[in-house]
Amino acid sequence: MTSRRSFLKNAGSIVLYFNLMPVQAVAQTAAAPELPSSLAANSGLDTWLRIAADGQITLSPGKCELGQGIQTALAQIAAEELGVSFDQVRVATVDTDSSPNEAYTNGSRSVEVSGTAVRAAAAEVRAILVELAAEELAVDSNRISVRKGTFTVDGTSSQLDFGAVVKDLNLARKATGSVPPKGRDDYHIVGKSLQRIDIPRKTFAEAAYIQDIRMDGMLHARVVRTGDREAKLLSPIEFGAVSRLPGVVKIVGDGSFLAVVAKREEQAVNAARALAKLCHWDTTELPFKESTINKWLEQAPADVKVVGERGSVGSAPVDKTLSATYSRPFQAHGSMSPSMAIAHRSGDQLTVWTHSQGVFPLRGAIANLVGLDEQNLRLINAEAAGCYGHNGADDAAADAALIAMKVPGKPIRLQWSRADEFLGEPYGSAMTTKVSAGLDAEGRIVDWRYDVLSGTHSIRPSGARRAGNLFAARQIATPLPLPPVGNIPQPRGGGDRNAVPLYSFANQRITKHLIPVTPIRVSAMRGLGAYTNVFAIESFMDEIAHAQGQDPIDFRIRYLEDQRAIGVLEKLREQMVDADFDSAEKPAGVGVAMARYKNSGAYCAVAMRLTVDTATGQIKLDRALCAADIGLVINPDGAINQIEGGVIQSSSWTVMEHLRLGRVGVASKDWASYPILTFADVPLVEVALIDQPSEPALGAGEASQGPTAAAIANAVANATGARIRDLPLTPARLKNL
Amino acid sequence: MPVRLNVNNEEVVLDVDPDTPLLYALRNDLELNGPKFGCGVAQCGACAVLVDGSPIRSCVMPVAAVVGRSIVTLEGLGNRENPHPLQAAFIKEQAMQCGYCANGMMMTAAALLAKNESPTDEQIRSALKGNLCRCGAHGRIVRAVGEAARSSQERETS
Repeated sequence: MTSRRSFLKNAGSIVLYFNLMPVQAVAQTAAAPELPSSLAANSGLDTWLRIAADGQITLSPGKCELGQGIQTALAQIAAEELGVSFDQVRVATVDTDSSPNEAYTNGSRSVEVSGTAVRAAAAEVRAILVELAAEELAVDSNRISVRKGTFTVDGTSSQLDFGAVVKDLNLARKATGSVPPKGRDDYHIVGKSLQRIDIPRKTFAEAAYIQDIRMDGMLHARVVRTGDREAKLLSPIEFGAVSRLPGVVKIVGDGSFLAVVAKREEQAVNAARALAKLCHWDTTELPFKESTINKWLEQAPADVKVVGERGSVGSAPVDKTLSATYSRPFQAHGSMSPSMAIAHRSGDQLTVWTHSQGVFPLRGAIANLVGLDEQNLRLINAEAAGCYGHNGADDAAADAALIAMKVPGKPIRLQWSRADEFLGEPYGSAMTTKVSAGLDAEGRIVDWRYDVLSGTHSIRPSGARRAGNLFAARQIATPLPLPPVGNIPQPRGGGDRNAVPLYSFANQRITKHLIPVTPIRVSAMRGLGAYTNVFAIESFMDEIAHAQGQDPIDFRIRYLEDQRAIGVLEKLREQMVDADFDSAEKPAGVGVAMARYKNSGAYCAVAMRLTVDTATGQIKLDRALCAADIGLVINPDGAINQIEGGVIQSSSWTVMEHLRLGRVGVASKDWASYPILTFADVPLVEVALIDQPSEPALGAGEASQGPTAAAIANAVANATGARIRDLPLTPARLKNL
Repeated sequence: MPVRLNVNNEEVVLDVDPDTPLLYALRNDLELNGPKFGCGVAQCGACAVLVDGSPIRSCVMPVAAVVGRSIVTLEGLGNRENPHPLQAAFIKEQAMQCGYCANGMMMTAAALLAKNESPTDEQIRSALKGNLCRCGAHGRIVRAVGEAARSSQERETS
């Protein structure tokens, strides 16, 4: 029996997760509150697990592989609960025709949300199989257990395996949540660093990516556009010469949406180049330069809201007030594979292969864009290079769909160029944060005020009503309306993600200034506001600690009540001693920082050792140490890989990445105009995981970015005495300090 | 116009324009998955293949320029049954996240190991500095190349 209190608690957490899901899914969750949220929304057991006559098991989650290793982690959970070998489990790709609707693969929630659902579903399937085996063996079911896919009776193998009972298996039934999963002491597969299932096919050049899908009669398409989706194509244009180029099948135009379709890829590239030369665009000048973005943010109209408050600011006697302002420019996801998609129209049916993070929400948006009923669309996910958030994937899928509608009967492979991706992707938002701390006579922080100014971090095209977020939706002859920008509430937050400090200040007020209209399109980039907010808070804490001559780790611990946050800092301290970080002498420096991602996810503390050449302003990142607590660890090496990658990617953002702006728009169009860290510059990274088998599993993918940024800035201060508060920490900002 | 190429030790004849980038001929005509389209302007290295043993950017190399030369792709390096030491090491070290750059890493490293059978980490980093990785698998990749060098030497001496 579910008590009213626990029901409300569950309902609350369900609503929090499903606030991005279609209404239908939310309605379904209310019926079965005791189930994990994803399983409640998709309660058919056969939606999650299928067992073939030969005993081969297919796990079908609603989360997609982005290079983060989620397929492996979920297969480990399923194999563990079913009682089979890890290699007996295959993982299906996400397909709107057959997969559970788990909305987006984002926010480091896949292990938490999908993992919990897979665990419960697999436990229930195992119980069903055990019942079938009990009938077959004519013994009581409580004498049966499963080992490596074979049933045992009182611990002795029965020779009966999954394949033998599967003929009577009916998984087309609703999950009940009545079968308790295994105890964690009994885990043999979860918690092991098993090799990822996707790595061999990638290493041996087998078909592993969406790019490797080839279809009979497939045509190649390219779009012709500027990076500004509001830019209007000035007509009339005489396309005749281009349509007579070799291989050109069709030029597709709809308002300012322009694309070319050809038989061969190089023919599409050549035709697109020729077409671009004929086009003139009416574009709007940007209201800022790179150097004035943050000035612009200050005066832009904003929705202002207090998102965190404790005590009453201004109430405590303050001896001294310190304040600082931090900034981050626009930054790019910069996926290694420019976005692409394949779309195939057959009559009134449209199938789209896409590397979107959310095929279910995207289906409704594309249906609206092309004017089909949603049930006539099928979207199938296939992996591309890592996306690190909302990049061009959804836009390219929409482009391919628009083209395929005009070229029915043939699969259309639409490939963005590198420049299309850099100019067209929705960037990470530029941000300004302002912090002030009031210290009492003993130097304790008793008053904390924090303001975060930012454009949105959420314009995903989720569902028909948000189709206007697609790039092409603003280009077509009858543009779709721009939906209101996303405003993710606390505790997750968008621009204000991690704006509320983990520290227990007596009086604090955190205010979010959401700028709904930004002249540059922005959306979710790995960590959202957490990257900048952790950079600001952890830089400022370090500055105060230093001003008071206190050890930066001791200083932080003084304001922490959360034992796990203290735990990662203490672990980091041990790592720093072992690595002899204290020996760093100028021009070398060491900096530390810590955060709990979203204040509800993984804990991560980072120490960075670096050297600053003050003559040139060059930073040489030497070595990063990292301590993380991600609760129950499903696959330690997979988690470490994610955290290491986060440290390196954030290092790149922090020391060099900023979107170049020209007069009319973005000027970063390739890796020369948007350089990133290379092998010559990346730090060595060492990660220690704190084992917490009794805690829920937490995602690791976005935990290390914020702490890394602040650790670098704090190390620069340690090395040079100068606090750089504007990202990135470029040589120009560090020269002659 | 027919173009005759030697790819992974096989002679192939393609009916393509001689200006066609080698990458498209390999991926679209020969249906090879190894070389990847990453930038199209020789900046990222995802499309690397070996031409007469040297790593080149196939996205900017016209097919006419490689006629009569030996082209090796990741497929030609090895397979599940007979993996190249680099492939075995990339799996052992789990040296990727998304893996999209891994082709370029392995092809470039294969050329390095052919010249220098026991490179230092610094030499590995230097050889790979023109290959971009966005996931941050750099440390694992350097380890994997070093591991491949060691295992190749062990194989030779045993």
